[in-house]
Amino acid sequence: MLEVRLHGRGGQGAVTSAELVAEAAINEGKYAQAFPSFGPERRGAPVRAFIRVDDGPILLRNEIDEPDVVLVLDPTLIRVVNVTEGLKKGGIVILNTSKSIAEIKKEYGITAKVATVNATRIATENLGRPIANTTMMGALIKVTSVIAIESLQEAFGHRFGKLGEKNYKSCQMAFGETVMEGR
Amino acid sequence: MGERVGLEVSIAAAEAVKMANVDVIAAYPITPQTHIVEHLAEVVADGELDAEFIPVESEHSAMSVCCGSSAVGARTFTCTSSQGLALMNEIVFITASMRLPVVMVLANRSLSGPLSIWNDHSDVMSIRDCGWIQVFVENGQEVFDHIMFAFRVAESQKVSLPLIVNVDGFILTHVIEPVEFWDAETVKNYLPPFKPVNRLHPDNPVTMGAFGMPGIYTETRKAQDSALIEAKPEILKAWQEMADLTGRHYKPVESYHAEGAETLFLTMGSIGETVSVAVDELRAEGKSVGQLSLRLWRPFPFEEFRQAAAGAKRIIVLDRAVSMGGQGGPVATEIRSVLYKEKNMPVVTNFLCGLAGRDVTVEDYKAMFEKASKMSKRRVREEDYILYGVRE
Repeated sequence: MLEVRLHGRGGQGAVTSAELVAEAAINEGKYAQAFPSFGPERRGAPVRAFIRVDDGPILLRNEIDEPDVVLVLDPTLIRVVNVTEGLKKGGIVILNTSKSIAEIKKEYGITAKVATVNATRIATENLGRPIANTTMMGALIKVTSVIAIESLQEAFGHRFGKLGEKNYKSCQMAFGETVMEGR
Repeated sequence: MGERVGLEVSIAAAEAVKMANVDVIAAYPITPQTHIVEHLAEVVADGELDAEFIPVESEHSAMSVCCGSSAVGARTFTCTSSQGLALMNEIVFITASMRLPVVMVLANRSLSGPLSIWNDHSDVMSIRDCGWIQVFVENGQEVFDHIMFAFRVAESQKVSLPLIVNVDGFILTHVIEPVEFWDAETVKNYLPPFKPVNRLHPDNPVTMGAFGMPGIYTETRKAQDSALIEAKPEILKAWQEMADLTGRHYKPVESYHAEGAETLFLTMGSIGETVSVAVDELRAEGKSVGQLSLRLWRPFPFEEFRQAAAGAKRIIVLDRAVSMGGQGGPVATEIRSVLYKEKNMPVVTNFLCGLAGRDVTVEDYKAMFEKASKMSKRRVREEDYILYGVRE
């Protein structure tokens, strides 16, 4: 089972992107769960969302305390939230940043493995807005191979209609540009 | 069968209500029930469902509308949570005494105060004695299936009682997961049109909700209690026929590795699946442990429960509500009573956990097992209930 925790701010679409990955995984015939950290939703406040994907039925219904992967949509969160909390040994943090892996690890003292992609830039180029949620899913797939990237095309189309294609293109670009430590 | 879809459980619930082809929906929005009624309002507005969606100004009115519509023979649905249920409380009891087969999804949420929107079972336990059939579900598939089941059982002429499907708020309502839909043919085979025993109609006047003097009240209560108890064969039949159609078997008391186990967890609702993971891990460590999940809460399945629990030395009852000033949680209190006359009555150890959405993990359930194992073997002591994880 793969367990992912997403960190974003209210309004950035962390929950939506988690839902889309789960929907795509289920369409592939896998089992998946996506859910928010339940609570009052406030634009701009730190929020978390969770994804579980497995080949068989998923029975756990508690929050993910020990994720395999942490994905951070908004780099300013790293100062506010301990994003690596509970990360499994050998787990990886995927960051939306313009900085290099070495720079970001030094700046924030992250000892876990890191992957980076400048998703804000890619999203702005493709969508005209710095909303990086769907774009970051390209990075998630690059790092984890949890689903085929093509599976997101249908999920995006289903959710965003005509804008689905632009989101998918942005996601594909992030897939291509994601840099992973140790690979 | 129908398609396997990844979607939010609330949307699956609303789609099931749509497929059941309801005539009237009356509801007032309240977290975490909102997505269910929002989606139903949408499908009615979009013409996908030919029904009256009656937006009301309160839950008290919602249930009052439901009574009226059900009384004229309309298939009727409502949905609420917590304070909403508290506000409709008066009419909830009346719906049952009038034998009106309204179906309610209760997105379980803690009762205030302090104000909380999160999940536990304090709302449903506040209406334990309301006379409705009450079932609990563990996942999105069970939600979908039990909405079909609900209309089928409630409207059966042998039953004619309202039914609550308890769905844990957020933990189920707000989760995306796979759900296998039923196809239209299966729905049609399973769920006949609603033909009420009696209905309000100007051509054939009847009295519903009459005044009950001391000379008749006791008899009506007896009749109502009997009706609820006698609903069980229809409930079992509806589950059997669903198994025939879908391959999914539901029982009043679900057992998991229970046979021969010295210790049994007893769960209700969505914690059941997480507990089953703890049971697997404890068994792998060589512990003699199993699990019972109570699906049917009212009418209480006495025989099934005693059989499923037979041979156990200890039952760890996981309650999701506090019976203030009483002996722990409402479920454990009842389980002790159910088992009281049994030979070798098991010790009932009561943990109250997951109040107002506090996360309970596999490790927590394992810790409860360890703690229970070290506790006295005496039958009932006041200190046998533990508010798990409480900071004092």
